[in-house]
Amino acid sequence: MEVVQSHRKSSSNNVIVSTLPLYRSAPPLEVRLEDFELFAMDRLRVLKGISDGLGRGKKPEEMEKLIADLWKANMRHPQANEEANKDIISHFVLRLVYCRTEELRKWFLSMETTLFRYRFRFQSSEAQRALMSEFKLPYKAVSNAEFESVKDKLGQVARSMGQTLAAADAIFYKVPFEEVPELVAGRRVFIHKGHAYVAMNQVVSLVVTQFRSYLSKALILTNRRVVGILAIVIILVDISFLVLRGYLTNPRKWTSTVREQEKDRLAPIVEALCTSYLGPDYSQENEVGEISLKDIYQIAKTSFPLCMRHLFEKVREDHHLKHGGRMQLGLFLKGVGLKLDDALAFWKAEFAPKVSAERFDKEYAYNIRHNYGREGKRTDYTPYSCQKIISSTPGVGDHHGCPYRHFSEENLRAALVRMGVSSRAVEDVMDKVRNRHYQLACTLTFEAVHGSSCDAGINHPNQYFIDSQRIMQSKDSAYLLELKKSCQVFSFALDEEPLCSVWL
Amino acid sequence: MTTEEAETGRDDMVIDGAEQANAVPDGFDANYLRIYYDGKHPACDRSYFGRREFSFTLENDIYIRFQSFNSVTELENSIKEKCPFKIDIGPVYSVDPAKRHAYAQGGDNVFTPVERELVFDIDITDYDDVRYCCTGADVCLECWPLMTIAIKVIDTALRDDFGFNHILWVYSGRRGVHCWVCDGKARRLTNEQRAAIADYFRVYKGNENSHKKISLPGPVLHPFLARSYTEVLKGFFEAKLLPNQNLLSCQERYEKILEMIPDASVASELRGRWQENKRASMSKDDINLVRWEQLKSVLQSGKQKTQGLRRCVEEVVFSFTYPRLDMEVSKHMNHLLKAPFCVHPKTGRVCVPIDPNNCDEFDPTTVPTLTQLLEELNRGGLRQDAEDELDGTSLGESVKFFRTSFLQPLLKSCKEEIESSYIAKLQQSKNTLSW
Repeated sequence: MEVVQSHRKSSSNNVIVSTLPLYRSAPPLEVRLEDFELFAMDRLRVLKGISDGLGRGKKPEEMEKLIADLWKANMRHPQANEEANKDIISHFVLRLVYCRTEELRKWFLSMETTLFRYRFRFQSSEAQRALMSEFKLPYKAVSNAEFESVKDKLGQVARSMGQTLAAADAIFYKVPFEEVPELVAGRRVFIHKGHAYVAMNQVVSLVVTQFRSYLSKALILTNRRVVGILAIVIILVDISFLVLRGYLTNPRKWTSTVREQEKDRLAPIVEALCTSYLGPDYSQENEVGEISLKDIYQIAKTSFPLCMRHLFEKVREDHHLKHGGRMQLGLFLKGVGLKLDDALAFWKAEFAPKVSAERFDKEYAYNIRHNYGREGKRTDYTPYSCQKIISSTPGVGDHHGCPYRHFSEENLRAALVRMGVSSRAVEDVMDKVRNRHYQLACTLTFEAVHGSSCDAGINHPNQYFIDSQRIMQSKDSAYLLELKKSCQVFSFALDEEPLCSVWL
Repeated sequence: MTTEEAETGRDDMVIDGAEQANAVPDGFDANYLRIYYDGKHPACDRSYFGRREFSFTLENDIYIRFQSFNSVTELENSIKEKCPFKIDIGPVYSVDPAKRHAYAQGGDNVFTPVERELVFDIDITDYDDVRYCCTGADVCLECWPLMTIAIKVIDTALRDDFGFNHILWVYSGRRGVHCWVCDGKARRLTNEQRAAIADYFRVYKGNENSHKKISLPGPVLHPFLARSYTEVLKGFFEAKLLPNQNLLSCQERYEKILEMIPDASVASELRGRWQENKRASMSKDDINLVRWEQLKSVLQSGKQKTQGLRRCVEEVVFSFTYPRLDMEVSKHMNHLLKAPFCVHPKTGRVCVPIDPNNCDEFDPTTVPTLTQLLEELNRGGLRQDAEDELDGTSLGESVKFFRTSFLQPLLKSCKEEIESSYIAKLQQSKNTLSW
């Protein structure tokens, strides 16, 4: 990177030390076994806190405070170098844990990138510049002459975001647009002939993109090596001593020093660290029990969350749904326990007024079978979680997505009233929606409709369904119990054969 | 196109399969340039063409994916043999798609797309809520200009903002347009970068469930939006769309526009005025234009304090005219898109290129159809050179345009790219060998 101001690369006296590690490579460190786990758990608390905050739709200022608090509570150490060690060690341990599947990698990448982004913002501007040069980003500061020629456009961009162009010494960087996808997507930069003009305060985005891209590749590499490690470890037979020597150097060294026993010691920790964090994905059909086609219509009224109710109503009304809606509803029904044959019958029947049976078989049946893992590469697709649904982008003619997010206030109110939510409760729900707490809004709806509290909160439409059914069934059994009792009382009073044993 | 004509089109395809197939190879010039590399240059990648995915939709809606070919002759033969109703082009993968199963074992997907043109798909059915002349798959000369506008806005941005040069616009055969950006830089974009470009172009959000479909926050528009508005959208809306679609002439229609005004009192003021003047006014001017001027003067007058109102005029124009892209098509490298010069199975029309510099003159109702071409070819008699067969037909112009404006410059630029990277490699190895 070429920067206009002078920049000390390295000098023994005044080295600009960046306090943010980039996790490029791990230094050789000895870790005690307890610390191995403790450090990782502490960092995991931070990452989980971040995940929680994002899920609740916290605004950037709130996230900033949240992350600062989380870091202070879990990662601080009175000695700076101890803190740095913990930072690095915990990151690399979690890398081992989270490199193993695509889903784990995605989550870890997302949280670590968010963490990095906010920590970067806390840094001083010299420290930030030092970090930028470490990334060797291919961009140049805009010369004065060029700045004059594009000043108007740069000002326009700034004003379009409600900001003003900074004072005369504003530094802008010229970068190929590919380097700053976030800024391009949000139209937050002026782009000309393939170059984006990035303001100093937007540079965070540049750096974060680099960090993310590096970590993404590193995770995949780690995964390949871990697979190799376990194979070698099984071969190694060694009687070793109790204290673990964990070499967090490049994994090749790791391979040669991890002994059989340590593998036993580490494996359970590594397992436990990650499995507790992913909620059930509702992909096992047997967990839920079967639902038959005729039941669907009834339970849709009582136990479907609003997003699925809406899709269900629309498909019955319009006799059609676009692709996004078919996926969201179709996978949900699979998770609910609808078997493939019943699913095919359902969609075929609902589409029948608009789509002939032959056309249905040609154009839609294949995709339904695909969703159930009976075609193509046989992936058994999992029903969408709230997070996924909330972040979808329904367009013209679509009905999928999260109504709490994607509906206008009027339409949402009307839908809630149709669900039977009292007007007081509707106000509470709308309040949550205005503050962008869509899942909390859904939870409140659940509570209003079922008349009981839902402590865990709603994270997944199938979870809503299961919880609802549980309440319905206990209501049913409570009702039956009452009925039985009253029958027994009645028969006792009349001294006749208990009616209930005949028809219950 | 009536169903009759469409059906005859189909029959002809089956009976005169060979002739149809002869017409097709010229359309695959896009791939010739890949073949060029295969033999002609020491630094070329011989496997490139073989790693490109094609998919065919055959008669009876049989769909086959992951087709690949090692040479253009193989491709040609397969097309002649199978007579697909539709041919889609996919990405270039890391390995030959036909061998993908051998590689999927790795756990991490070693079978993955490595290059793919940046593509866009614009379909006029996405505009059904703002056009009254047609619905669904129908298109006429009143509403087709919406596509023309979309081409102008996107094409300008792709060239001026993103710096792309090798852009091909293609008529989709029935009701929309496709765009293929073939620069090397574009082919190597990641999914994330493609999504970013698609989002840069995205202004229209929402559907019948949400309210506001266009929201233009901020006191001023981003230069891209401002340029699109002043150079293309405003003029088109006021001069063409407004009067042709009678957007303000009756209550049902003007309500839709009044709904977009965030201030209810302003809306009702206008509503009152328009309800009174139901009869044609004294002036000869089109009622839509008169009312539009009234709306603008009310909203843009100095009296309006709230910013939201002053931006409202632009929001109305954008919501009717701004391009509506299918985001999913552009975001993923593995998305398949219909090949240029295909014949649309329902209309029989050929998917011809559209010149963005002359897109105002493009008329979808006069695009050559398969039946028409076959007639022309039969009349022409057999010719010696298969390449020139199409010259005398109504497709000749399109093919010529395709070759001269798009294919040749692209070929040249690819050659240059290969040569310069070859020279760079030679230089590098020289340097390492020199000591």
